[in-house]
Amino acid sequence: MNLYDFEPKIVAFCCHYCAYAAADLSGSMRLQYPPNIRIIRTPCTGKLEVEYFMRAFEKGADGVLVAGCEEGSCHFSDGNFLAKRRVNYARQILMEAGFEKERLRMVNLGAADATIFVPMVKDMIETVRNLGPSPLAKAKIFVKQENPL
Amino acid sequence: MIVAERKSIPDLVDILKDHQKILVLGCGTCVTVCLAGGEREVSIISSALRIASNIKGLGFEIEELTIERQCDNVFIEEAADAINRNDAVLSLGCGAGVQALAERYAKKPVYPGLNTSFIGILEDRGIWAEKCAACGACVLHQYGGICPVTRCAKQMLNGPCGGSREDRCEVRPDRPCAWQLIYHRLKDIGQLGRLTQIAPPKNWEPGHGGGCRVIVREDHRI
Repeated sequence: MNLYDFEPKIVAFCCHYCAYAAADLSGSMRLQYPPNIRIIRTPCTGKLEVEYFMRAFEKGADGVLVAGCEEGSCHFSDGNFLAKRRVNYARQILMEAGFEKERLRMVNLGAADATIFVPMVKDMIETVRNLGPSPLAKAKIFVKQENPL
Repeated sequence: MIVAERKSIPDLVDILKDHQKILVLGCGTCVTVCLAGGEREVSIISSALRIASNIKGLGFEIEELTIERQCDNVFIEEAADAINRNDAVLSLGCGAGVQALAERYAKKPVYPGLNTSFIGILEDRGIWAEKCAACGACVLHQYGGICPVTRCAKQMLNGPCGGSREDRCEVRPDRPCAWQLIYHRLKDIGQLGRLTQIAPPKNWEPGHGGGCRVIVREDHRI
């Protein structure tokens, strides 16, 4: 992979009741967003555990976006608040492990917010693009350069 | 229960950097309840160690396992195969668990993954508080079930120090004054008279002051 052609891979965990619907709506509205993002539908962001974020990065994601309902309007009352705390905890562990905390982000939006979803996604992609490839990918590049085999 | 918290990932990497094959071994008892060393924490810490190792090129090969209890030989047996096929064990048990493993496997390095903090309870969601100092000579009956040895920062046994502000401890303003609690508790149970009794200087020998403690029950020995 050439660093200058870097296209970030972003895993987006989207809540079924809001962000996933917003992503769907953005398609219906013919709003385009870059293909760097891989959407995984979750029943609620409260379903997400710290392991999910860790595993996504371990498997090669350059960034992880968690998109939940607006605060106060979670379908399950407080799932998005749980997710917010878990995201903060995961960011702390990822920083200790050598990642930039900006690679993991939580956003809140409503089901009708297609026009908000698209810029949110673009902003996340730009943030990760500026950070460069995941430190794991960088490490692999470094190893390859040292051992051309 | 015993309450612990995880060591930071850079600390763990530093501890483990001389090994390749590492078993991260969780404990399903106290440290699972205090969210420090159970199956989930094993998964999270292993993942973080793999990431840190790949970034730094340390080449960790990590195996994950959680057993019911690390401080008991019967349960340690369940991890025998995994311990034998790895170079080192990172125990996510309390200090007792780490030492039980080290005693059982004399030639295997066993490292602590947690900082064992205190004996306490879940006070509120995500908040654990110390309740017992294991002083070896319990005086809870004198103080309405609130321990001045543990919960008073100055371990005052004959009344408050006088430094509390409102109901807050002057040493740790985030904690209530134990003596305020003791007073209200004794009042509620109609035993305020206990406060008129003078407690003599406490004998600290049954505590850790007398060295490492051992309890022998002859009736249970074979």
